Amino acid sequence: MRTVSDTDRPRLAPHARMAFDPARERHVLLAPEAVAVLGGSGSAVLGLCDGERTVAEIVAELHRRYDHVSDDEVRLFLARLAAKRYVEVSDGSDE
Amino acid sequence: MEATSRPPDGPFGLLAELTYECPLHCPYCSNPLALADYREELTTAQWRRVLAEAAELGVLQLHLSGGEPLRRRDLVEIVHRAAERGLYTNLITSALGLSPRRAEQLRAAGLDHVQISVQADDPALSDRLAGTPSFERKTAAARLVKELGWPLTLNVVLHRHNIDRIDRVLALAEKLAADRVELANTQYYGWAWRNRRELLPSTDQLRRAEAVVRAARERLKGRMEIIYVLPDYHGRYPKPCMGGWGRRQLTVVPNGDVLPCPAAHALPLPRASVHEHSLAWIWERSPLFTRFRGTAWMPEPCRSCDRRELDFGGCRCQAFQLTGDAARTDPVCHLSPDHGIVVEAVRAAEEAVRADEGAVRADDDAVLPRGGVLTPRPHPSRPA
Ligand code: SF4
Ligand code: SF4
Repeated sequence: MRTVSDTDRPRLAPHARMAFDPARERHVLLAPEAVAVLGGSGSAVLGLCDGERTVAEIVAELHRRYDHVSDDEVRLFLARLAAKRYVEVSDGSDE
Repeated sequence: MEATSRPPDGPFGLLAELTYECPLHCPYCSNPLALADYREELTTAQWRRVLAEAAELGVLQLHLSGGEPLRRRDLVEIVHRAAERGLYTNLITSALGLSPRRAEQLRAAGLDHVQISVQADDPALSDRLAGTPSFERKTAAARLVKELGWPLTLNVVLHRHNIDRIDRVLALAEKLAADRVELANTQYYGWAWRNRRELLPSTDQLRRAEAVVRAARERLKGRMEIIYVLPDYHGRYPKPCMGGWGRRQLTVVPNGDVLPCPAAHALPLPRASVHEHSLAWIWERSPLFTRFRGTAWMPEPCRSCDRRELDFGGCRCQAFQLTGDAARTDPVCHLSPDHGIVVEAVRAAEEAVRADEGAVRADDDAVLPRGGVLTPRPHPSRPA
């Protein structure tokens, strides 16, 4: 699995979508043949993946908003979603 | 910090089998044998109600299938309604009928994802399996899907007569720039059940296929996702059918019957129909959905087995098909007292493949069974 680096700028893949599911009162990630029910922290991270912010900026923003943020967990979470191609990463140099 | 699923508190997916009309004749089709019983299809307004109720129940994904869903004139309208409700919409199609104009309308209506089935990588073989010239139109439609910016999944149902060609199927998928390929071993229901003797691959064929898939996954990592749906006849344990009975998904068939599994048409339980009940009642209360939910219904050996929460005792429809009793352990499981039925079917397949290989090589172009005959799935007979 490719790891994400601080300069990557993640964004949701065009075929994936984050939505609020009123029946479960949770955010969900929808993609072809896949549904992931997100925890509060997962939806906070994904909400910041706009293709503009770098991973470092996303982590910094999470620290501003929340008390307990594990930088490694954020990176792992993004790497996992990138491996499944729900999230795309560009670092400005290879795209 | 993870994308976990909570315990199920409503279905995630609705499989909408809009019609059993289809221009193709795939011998592995899982549609029911009694196609004519499903001719009285739900109206647009009824589907609208079903979609609204499904969304309220927690459904997030809508799979539009059939038959050939493009045969429904109101498909664009149905997609539009589903998109309005925020559902993620998948079209599962043979691609016959996906004209550029229709595709653009579906795109505008909010369709999220398209899955196109091909029968094989080779045009002649694909057309022969489909029972109608269709390969060229399928590849043209696949290109159209990519041009319009949709994610593309290529679906290939695997059986004795195409499973030795997976490498070439994957090459085709790469050429078409598919995002995902689903290689699904045939599930033996409906017409596939009727043709099982001619479709079931040998253990050797499967072993080779799995090696090809493993290598391709490594090679295509990050570029193309390969989904390989295991053949359960050859495994030691059954598949966790539907992720559990009445647990994650429901199916609505063309006439409005609601099923916990797309193969449950003939189970000897009272029918559940959207003509008579709300989707919520059917999900929560109907005998059809509650009968095999959870683990309390299980007989031995499942009842005391460590895997009962993993595979839920296998597939109820398969147990019914093979033993006549839907409440038995799936005979695919090697612990089932009925496992001999499956062993015998696989043994017969080994023999048939050996006989075939003696005569024609399985990887010859456009080879079809010589010994037996595949029964093509017919058109539903239509009233005059
Ligand atoms: S005949 Fe083929 S294309 Fe038509 S519904 Fe059956 S499997 Fe699908
Ligand atoms: S005995 Fe039942 S629960 Fe155990 S592995 Fe077999 S099918 Fe699954």
